[in-house]
Amino acid sequence: MFEVVSNEVLAPDLHRMQVKAPRVAAARKAGQFVIVRSAKGDERIPLTIGDADPVAGAITLFIQAIGAATRKLVAIPAGGFIRDVAGPLGMPTEIEKWGRVACIGGGVGTAVLYPMAKALAAAGNSVMTVIGGRSKSLIILADQLSAFSDELKITTEDGSLGRQGFVTAELEVMIADPERRPDAVFAVGPVPMMRAIAEQTRPHGIKTIVSLNPIMIDGTGMCGGCRVVIQGKSKFACVDGPEFDAHQVDFDILIDRLSMYQKEEAHACQLASTATKA
Amino acid sequence: MRPELSAKERMQIKRVVMPAQDAAERSRNFKEVNLGLTLEQAQREAQRCLDCKHKPCVAGCPVQVSIPEFVTALAAGDLPKAAKYLKGDNALPAVCGRVCPQEEQCEAKCVHAAKGEPVAIGNLERFVADWALANVDKVEKPEVVAETGKKVAIIGCGPAGLTAAGELRKLGHGVTIFEALHDTGGVLRYGIPEFRLPKSIIDIEVEQLVEQGVEIECNVIIGKTLTLKQLKEQFDVVFIGNGAGLPMMLNIPGENLKGVYAANEYLTRVNLMGAGQSQNSATPIIQGKKVAVIGAGNTAMDCVRTARRLGAERAMIVYRRSEAEMPARLEEIQHAKEEGVELVLLTSPLGIKAEENGWCSALSCQKMALGEPDDSGRRRPVPLEGEVYDLAVDVVVNALGTQANPILTSAAPELELNRWGNIVADETGATNLPGVFAGGDIIRGGATVILAMGDGKRAAAAIDDYLAAN
Ligand SMILES: Cc1cc2nc3c(=O)[nH]c(=O)nc-3n(C[C@H](O)[C@H](O)[C@H](O)COP(=O)(O)OP(=O)(O)OC[C@H]3O[C@@H](n4cnc5c(N)ncnc54)[C@H](O)[C@@H]3O)c2cc1C
Ligand SMILES: Cc1cc2nc3c(=O)[nH]c(=O)nc-3n(C[C@H](O)[C@H](O)[C@H](O)COP(=O)(O)OP(=O)(O)OC[C@H]3O[C@@H](n4cnc5c(N)ncnc54)[C@H](O)[C@@H]3O)c2cc1C
Ligand code: SF4
Ligand code: SF4
Ligand code: FES
Repeated sequence: MFEVVSNEVLAPDLHRMQVKAPRVAAARKAGQFVIVRSAKGDERIPLTIGDADPVAGAITLFIQAIGAATRKLVAIPAGGFIRDVAGPLGMPTEIEKWGRVACIGGGVGTAVLYPMAKALAAAGNSVMTVIGGRSKSLIILADQLSAFSDELKITTEDGSLGRQGFVTAELEVMIADPERRPDAVFAVGPVPMMRAIAEQTRPHGIKTIVSLNPIMIDGTGMCGGCRVVIQGKSKFACVDGPEFDAHQVDFDILIDRLSMYQKEEAHACQLASTATKA
Repeated sequence: MRPELSAKERMQIKRVVMPAQDAAERSRNFKEVNLGLTLEQAQREAQRCLDCKHKPCVAGCPVQVSIPEFVTALAAGDLPKAAKYLKGDNALPAVCGRVCPQEEQCEAKCVHAAKGEPVAIGNLERFVADWALANVDKVEKPEVVAETGKKVAIIGCGPAGLTAAGELRKLGHGVTIFEALHDTGGVLRYGIPEFRLPKSIIDIEVEQLVEQGVEIECNVIIGKTLTLKQLKEQFDVVFIGNGAGLPMMLNIPGENLKGVYAANEYLTRVNLMGAGQSQNSATPIIQGKKVAVIGAGNTAMDCVRTARRLGAERAMIVYRRSEAEMPARLEEIQHAKEEGVELVLLTSPLGIKAEENGWCSALSCQKMALGEPDDSGRRRPVPLEGEVYDLAVDVVVNALGTQANPILTSAAPELELNRWGNIVADETGATNLPGVFAGGDIIRGGATVILAMGDGKRAAAAIDDYLAAN
């Protein structure tokens, strides 16, 4: 059992949870994730380790409640317990000194981006951050990211904060400006966003890293469910990734495979909501 | 006392038939297929044993269970004594009685086998073990030995790890098992389905170990959460029994289409996560109507019979050789056929085709014929030119097999591996690192439960010697 130390709402349906998991906190590197199961019988879900405090033995998770399992998880209050937390899993972010890097986060992807950006800044890179969301209330971690970013741009689809439009618009401006053109791009967000960024940087030959989010079960390379196609070859995102070179990712297969259980998930959500009502 | 019968009389008794659920009914439920023998049936079957002085059957058992001893005790109706013999040699008899390939092991060597009807050792083992599980108070408890103060870490809670843990605990050593998943049992839980091995058996076996003082920590992935090096610092000895959990891919076009599973995912969703077992199970699984399972080992049989239970109208085994070469246990093949599983033999998959929406819809198949024997002695399948056709499917399960999972070993480069990525260990389980032992599928590649248990048992003895010497 893993104790929930704190649980705050950062934005609608977006929670920041601190969880006691001393071994994970001690071993974890930026870019790695845990697999979490609220209680017996629940789904195992992958979540990026947003931050870790090895002294306090706690890890920070940013959780967007989108389905049955994530909703159940964010409903656990401080002082409550999560039954299973396993990790740290996946390969750490390859932290290099690139020079100037653009870190781009969309929606809850911003939470996955945060530890990467922080580690890149700590390694001496100049970090330019762009975060985007549908509207102002969904923009998260702006203050935390600006603490180590040389610049921070915000985009919202409805124009309620920052530039109206998508994160790609800000990246376009950066690439066009010789003073700001990034040496590497790190992008995490919805798959269509990551694909758009891959296409944007490809003609310029700018190294681009994305963090993929296929459906996972064990997270240890045992089940083969998290297959992604990289340069025409099947890879297991949980052990070979989750970060990959965006220019080698087959995004069509990723999108397709993510929709495998759409029908069943709608059913699970309905079950969960009837359960809360009852 | 065992009733006095002449050898001839014993030879004349017919081999017991294990009562089973009706095939049509069981092909739609997950309850155990075999119902178990009655005391009367078991005792009668036990009468068939000739108590051979040279014990050929024992030589066929990888852990040398005292077969004539436990069987004659059963024939005499002395179940506590039978259980004591059995438990003394085999830490998980209720499991082995159900899943051992007996026809290739103990029963193959039984003197009755020449006439085609060996003593049903597996069924008797199951009977005695189940009796012991239900009558815990009547079975002699292992003696509590003095604590030695030594500490052993065990990696992996499958049959190898569980057996080593039990043996070492009996010797008074402190034992902690570290398991990557959220639950115990390894393949026994996430791989082998409920209809063959009820999970309650694993629960009881594990509970007994915990009562004896074995500590189990789930959600610890060695190589990630902790390293082998850290374990070596914190424990006197480490035993590695992390299995062979890395699926081999088909490497044919279409293997990433929707509806295509690796066997481990398919079985884990159902067995470990409860998919398809009830209306409100949290984990989804695609319940295909036309399911093709590629392969013909125990894993393939488990997948195809699971597919049938999830509602498949056509549940098919697609295998490149013929029925005679199928590596699965005989009983599984027979049960599968009774349950309406179709065998699509001498057929090799070339690729998986999709509908426009990305769901798999057909398996492109190549007809094969058997040619000359290959290295393994089995006749090599060769393609029949031009004989290619499409088999309509909506789910495909790849049950080709598994190999060593590198998550632990890649984080411990000092450990010697063979070219397949398996840990190199001698017959006592000792690896190239002092104080580090290994056993089960991680040293053998995908093998059997009883071989993994045998490794765990031998390694425990070697570890005990090592601890005494160091
Ligand atoms: C390596 C990795 C790191 C992740 N890190 C985070 C994180 O830090 N914070 C966070 O909030 N989420 C993260 N995710 C996504 C998170 O795991 C999913 O949101 C979660 O599994 C959904 O479970 P659910 O039952 O609540 O929703 P479901 O009911 O299963 O799904 C609801 C919707 O989400 C889609 N979906 C299902 N599984 C995933 C998935 N794995 N990724 C994306 N969409 C999915 C479904 O298609 C459906 O539309 C990560 C995923 C991966 C693979
Ligand atoms: C579907 C299926 C059906 C089978 N049917 C039969 C049968 O009928 N009869 C038979 O005799 N054999 C059968 N087998 C084979 C048999 O199950 C295996 O040979 C046996 O389970 C091997 O035991 P093990 O202890 O070596 O490994 P496993 O049972 O694989 O257990 C290893 C354990 O270690 C854990 N682990 C892995 N990596 C780590 C890590 N880094 N840190 C911590 N823990 C880790 C795993 O999660 C797992 O729990 C079957 C196998 C499968 C897959
Ligand atoms: S453990 Fe397996 S091989 Fe040995 S006697 Fe029992 S059933 Fe036969
Ligand atoms: S070989 Fe057969 S008959 Fe002889 S002791 Fe063994 S089980 Fe009994
Ligand atoms: S999640 Fe099972 S192999 Fe990656």
